[in-house]
Amino acid sequence: MTAATPARPSAGPRAVSPAVHVFEHRWLSYKRTFRASVFSSFLSPALFLTAMGLGLGTYVDAGNPSSLGGVTYIQFLAPGLLAATAMQSAAFESTFPIMSGILWSKVFHAMAATPISVRDIAVGNLAWIAARLTMISTVFTLVIIAFGAAAAPTIVLAIPAAVLTGMAFATPIAAFATTQYTPNKFNAIFRFGILPLFLFSGTFYPISNLPQPLQVVAWLTPLFHGVELTRALSLGTVADDPLAAVIDVAYLSIMFAIGYVALIRLLDKRMVPK
Amino acid sequence: MPDTVDRSGAPAPDASSRSSEPPLIHARSLTKRFGDFTAVDAVDFDVAPGESFGFLGPNGAGKTSTMRMIGCVSPMTSGQLSVMGMDPSTDGPRIRARIGVVPQQDTLDTELTVRENLLIYGRYFGLGWKEIGRRADELIEFAQLTERANDEVEPLSGGMKRRLTIARALINEPSLLLLDEPTTGLDPQARHLLWDRLYRLKQRGVTLVLTTHYMDEAEQLCDRLVVMDKAKIVAEGSPRSLIEQYSTREVTELRFEPGVAETLDGKLDGIAERIEHLADRVLLYTDDGEAAVSAVHERGLRPEAVLVRRSSLEDVFLRLTGRSLIE
Repeated sequence: MTAATPARPSAGPRAVSPAVHVFEHRWLSYKRTFRASVFSSFLSPALFLTAMGLGLGTYVDAGNPSSLGGVTYIQFLAPGLLAATAMQSAAFESTFPIMSGILWSKVFHAMAATPISVRDIAVGNLAWIAARLTMISTVFTLVIIAFGAAAAPTIVLAIPAAVLTGMAFATPIAAFATTQYTPNKFNAIFRFGILPLFLFSGTFYPISNLPQPLQVVAWLTPLFHGVELTRALSLGTVADDPLAAVIDVAYLSIMFAIGYVALIRLLDKRMVPK
Repeated sequence: MPDTVDRSGAPAPDASSRSSEPPLIHARSLTKRFGDFTAVDAVDFDVAPGESFGFLGPNGAGKTSTMRMIGCVSPMTSGQLSVMGMDPSTDGPRIRARIGVVPQQDTLDTELTVRENLLIYGRYFGLGWKEIGRRADELIEFAQLTERANDEVEPLSGGMKRRLTIARALINEPSLLLLDEPTTGLDPQARHLLWDRLYRLKQRGVTLVLTTHYMDEAEQLCDRLVVMDKAKIVAEGSPRSLIEQYSTREVTELRFEPGVAETLDGKLDGIAERIEHLADRVLLYTDDGEAAVSAVHERGLRPEAVLVRRSSLEDVFLRLTGRSLIE
């Protein structure tokens, strides 16, 4: 070991952002559970599509085939589940791992003692969440195709749509997580935020089936826009209402951006007490 | 700042070159406030290259806040600070690239293995995988963790985790190592093992800056130290010079039966240069402890237990602040 040698002038311009190494750390941790995780990411959509899409869908399709605009129930449901799954995964990845980095393993503090900045820590973690959502959404889409529930080739674009949906949730939830000292309120997010959105944002049925006031509420929620966008791409109906797709993308992007600014500020506040 | 450096003639590395080389750390009126609370109140100190420098003081004295400013993770409120000739407020990442940090609380990834912790930390500095692998092997040996290299960190003992944290802090081959309470919470054996590793680093010329509230740790590791209390530096010097300046050569400790100590008033007067009445014992500061014991007995006093020992930094702290280091 040569710890005594004078420090080399290694602090020159770096080829890559230090955020890459934050991402690498998450990847190194993930690799350990890779096998189990891949299996479950195939299993979960397969179970849902079998139970809801095939099982329940048989009744729906037998009842009033035209009510879903001429597509089968499983074709209608699958992209909704894809977007909702991205939201759920993002919520999970933006709560406990963030709290751990700050409070439990404290690895964020280890990072902050090196050339990595607080912003790098946030960006690296968001990049990792985006990568995880891409993996989960890709697997989900493959399962949809395997079930014959893909109605159009544009379903490939449903993957980035689902990732955008998840990321719109990831930044504000991660920002909230940086303000917490226990995980108690995370359960509230899942129970009173994520679950109602999952049920009432048009994942399982068109929101036009809801009473008028609830339709308005549903339209205002972010998951509705994620579901609509993902579904339009999956069914190949974007061209029917391009403005709706633009609104969906804008809504989700703005939510992501606001969350991002909040995350950077709040993480800095937490890591560097003034 | 009192100029008491090396008055004792204690062996300090590069004592001759110290005046010519610029200080590695230079602080003047360094201050840190959190709202209305002043954690560090206008402290001055310099650390020379190759030196082992300590901040000794009780919990809450401002040691950790000072270390965090040096480590460029907490901006100073006012004053001057330069680290390796650079300004922490503008050169934070460049400074952090060249120092090693051992934080007070472990920040290891306990789900990864010993080796993986070193590898990923090396990546934080932008080092190549191959180079990190080579360094990790050497550091695992240095930290005496060879047999646990591929084990997860979680079940390791406290001492092993501390050694791993020190090894991790060396992955970028820093010339300055910051250690915040490096052995707090460890058993005596683990502490001695750790001190041995730190002593080796010191011999290799790594500059050590550490905080501690253990006087024995400060005496073992520090060429020079400052005593901190209530956000201020109250004394500065080598361990030996501080003891010479603020205490006597020996201390006689007397323990009396409960209730007796309160009835002593005046009976010990004149036996020692200075007398401290603590909750559980009486300390007689004198250059000849045995003579003090004889004098106590001559006056007809019968303490339950008597101990004659050399003065330590604990006594220095007591003298300076009127309180014990560990309360």
